[in-house]
Amino acid sequence: MNKMEKSALADNEKVLIEKFLADNVLFLGPDPEIMLDHDIAPRSELEEAGMKLEVDPAVQALIRDRLQAGTNEGYEMLEQMGAAPGAKWGDLITGVFTASGDLAVSSAGGVLIFSALVHHPIKFINKFWTTEPTVGIRPGDAFIHNDARYGNIHNTDQSLMLPIFYNGKMVAWAGATVHEGENGAIEPGGMPSAAESVYEEGLKMSPFKVVENYELKKDLVTFLQNSVREPKLQFEDMKVKLFACRRIEERVLAAIEEFGLDPVIVSMRAGLENCKAEVRRRVSEWPDGAVRTMCIADSTLRENVLVKICLEARKEGDQLICDFRGSSPEFANRCNNTVLASLKGMLAQLFLTFVWPDLPRNQAVFAPIQVITDPKSTLNSSYSTPNAESMMTFFPAFTMLQLAVAKFTYSCPKKYSKLIAPWHNMIRTFIYGGITQHNEMVGNLCADLNGMGGGARADRDGEHAIAPIFAAMADSGEQELNEEEVPFIQIVSKKLMRDNQAFGKYRGGQGYEMIASSLGSPLWGFMTCCIGSKVSSVPGLFGGYGAPAYPLCKVKGVDVFDVMKTDPRKFEFSIVDIMNKRPFEGATYTTHHFGMQFEIAKRGELFMITQGSGGGYGDVLERDPDLVISDLEAKLISHETAREIYHIVYNKDTFLLDRDGTEKARTAERESRKNRGVPFKEFIRKWTTPEPPAELPFYGCWGDDRSVIYTGPYGGMPRRKMNAEALESVYMPNPRDVRIAQLEQRISELEHGGKAAGDLV
Amino acid sequence: MKVPMTEYLEIDLDRELWQCRVCAHVLGSARKPYKEGLLVYARDPREIHKPILDPSYEFTFAPDPNWVQIVEYYCPECATMMEVEYLPPGHPPLNDMDFDIDALKRQWSTRDPVDLTRIAGPEPAGVDYRAHSHGGRARTYTNTGVR
Ligand SMILES: [Zn+2]
Repeated sequence: MNKMEKSALADNEKVLIEKFLADNVLFLGPDPEIMLDHDIAPRSELEEAGMKLEVDPAVQALIRDRLQAGTNEGYEMLEQMGAAPGAKWGDLITGVFTASGDLAVSSAGGVLIFSALVHHPIKFINKFWTTEPTVGIRPGDAFIHNDARYGNIHNTDQSLMLPIFYNGKMVAWAGATVHEGENGAIEPGGMPSAAESVYEEGLKMSPFKVVENYELKKDLVTFLQNSVREPKLQFEDMKVKLFACRRIEERVLAAIEEFGLDPVIVSMRAGLENCKAEVRRRVSEWPDGAVRTMCIADSTLRENVLVKICLEARKEGDQLICDFRGSSPEFANRCNNTVLASLKGMLAQLFLTFVWPDLPRNQAVFAPIQVITDPKSTLNSSYSTPNAESMMTFFPAFTMLQLAVAKFTYSCPKKYSKLIAPWHNMIRTFIYGGITQHNEMVGNLCADLNGMGGGARADRDGEHAIAPIFAAMADSGEQELNEEEVPFIQIVSKKLMRDNQAFGKYRGGQGYEMIASSLGSPLWGFMTCCIGSKVSSVPGLFGGYGAPAYPLCKVKGVDVFDVMKTDPRKFEFSIVDIMNKRPFEGATYTTHHFGMQFEIAKRGELFMITQGSGGGYGDVLERDPDLVISDLEAKLISHETAREIYHIVYNKDTFLLDRDGTEKARTAERESRKNRGVPFKEFIRKWTTPEPPAELPFYGCWGDDRSVIYTGPYGGMPRRKMNAEALESVYMPNPRDVRIAQLEQRISELEHGGKAAGDLV
Repeated sequence: MKVPMTEYLEIDLDRELWQCRVCAHVLGSARKPYKEGLLVYARDPREIHKPILDPSYEFTFAPDPNWVQIVEYYCPECATMMEVEYLPPGHPPLNDMDFDIDALKRQWSTRDPVDLTRIAGPEPAGVDYRAHSHGGRARTYTNTGVR
């Protein structure tokens, strides 16, 4: 054999081997090529050909509006017919995707982050199932998916994706995603904070075919129903999503019939490409340089520790890089980690909803923006790491970018939305599970999570309980409707708590109180999942203060429904009065951090929380004294706050403002600031430590040096230092073991006259 | 030209200086962190976010001072609080706004001075706050940027 023959043989062999390997993949896990790429796909042949034609931009816009109307229609159907509480109150979205899988148009309402992530499973289906003889993609098929590792934020959200064919050729996809809630996890309701491994997080659906000839496959539906606590919900919402996708398909096909295939393809593709170009243009208007932000996520939901989330946003020309290196390592047995793609979806939401709400709601808006993270960090967690509560790290990451963008854009001559302080960023609501008054097993959540307090604006206060950070338009639900379906009531709801706000020249919008109690169920329980009980999760902007910290309060050993019958005057209608006056004899009153795993709630026991405030804007001493008075009148702030934070002088009985007195009080406070403030260099000398304080359970880098990552100490695990480029997952001890160690130490102290026996905790 | 970079800070491009927008006090070189020209004070977060619940409870709506402190930055001349940072005790303050001054000069060489009446950004489409009666007093105190 000569050299050439040898090489030809080698090539043949190579092809054979590659084919063999492709045909014999043991397991098609998440594809890194798909999961790491958030850019729009390269032009397809159809798109390439179409883009050469001249399609009138007015026609393109008309087509886009048709598709938009189609997705809005699908959205309405889902919202009206969906069984999930999330569906009823707007935690859902629909979209039209290009044949390659890019989100081209999404519904005007709903949770954008969902649709911003559906391109991953569609691209997976395109790549692996098209040529797979046992699967294939044919007209009338549809696929289901929920596993965040294949593209999603967490597996409580389920997507249905339907390929749209025209003349035998696949030309687009329709998609519908709903926060379904229940998914068969270790805890009811779909967001298990008790999950210590991915296998405790419930359904892990990689994208698979669940519909043929536009019919749900009964065997697979049965399997899914059999895997969750709400079989009725699982079936009903799969049906509804299928119908919503079919309606969108109908609208896409009608547009093709009316305008022709090429113009529809061009409208979608040009929409994406133009959007990407426009984003580059808008970014180039920002000043070049770096903006740095950081915050502490103070909980894994199982324990309080300091999880650092830090961002260096670098902007040069039309490039924006969001560099999150230095943030905490991933937690191997906690669910607060996020898959990198989920983080990107959340960051995309910032631009689509808050910064450039005028841009088309498509995927290209985030395409030109880069994200850098340390692998195995909590913002880029590995395959085996749980992520059911990814919001606990990607919401703070979102907030850090929101803060950075405000600092970048203040000087920009043209703004596309109001300049705001960070929005509240936690889902302060109840997740519930158990047996209803209709004798059904359920597990889901209250839509009150949608009432996050808005950030203060550069010229106006924030709005109270207005919208979640992940959707511009959503509803916080009708309590009376909920009570018809689930066996608990909110005895107090929609009531604003005094001083529960971020102060500033303009204050953050507040959130409302909720006092929940179960009534008439043989088995009922609640969960809550938020950070921010020890460290504020939301900062202010330009001298404005952040939100306060938020506890979970419980009253046990009492049936308040009995109290209401026998001595109704005893019941107090606010968290503060119940907790501080302790009106029920014999009851226990306790406060906790906001990470409550599923806990049985007996009839008449109280679980009490409040939604959170958006960040404040500007110096408190610049707040219009009249606005302080009106907040006093509305009982949003206390007299103490008016006097000691805002430094106004007024008559406590009449609320009459003493303008001169106020001016004097504020001048005096400015003088106090000058007296207590020290020059920066002197402050640094006294304040800054080279490492985190030894006893602080701190996870992340310290200061500027992002190459060294600290972990611990916590629960007997000593402080460690890691190289950021070789992060290791952090294993957390069982909170019960930590508690036992604390109690044993306490016993030992008591037995040995106050001397500590161990140094476990 | 002076470019407003935050509610309280501007950069004098010609002199390359950070300046207070309230009192025009010069804070230092625009090529260095503006914080270096400010007075700083770290405080117990409970002084601002006071315990709303009885302090005997473990969690009270007040942050934990062992975990976080509020670091406040004041203009040394007019004492305006220009920035607030929530930091774990001992954590170095961030160099939060580190702009490329040469690029900024190029960028502004073709721009008109900022229209301060529009700096807060546009109203949401279809919303007229002035027509909203119970927005009440807020409307008389919109930020005009005039100090
Ligand atoms: Zn000043």
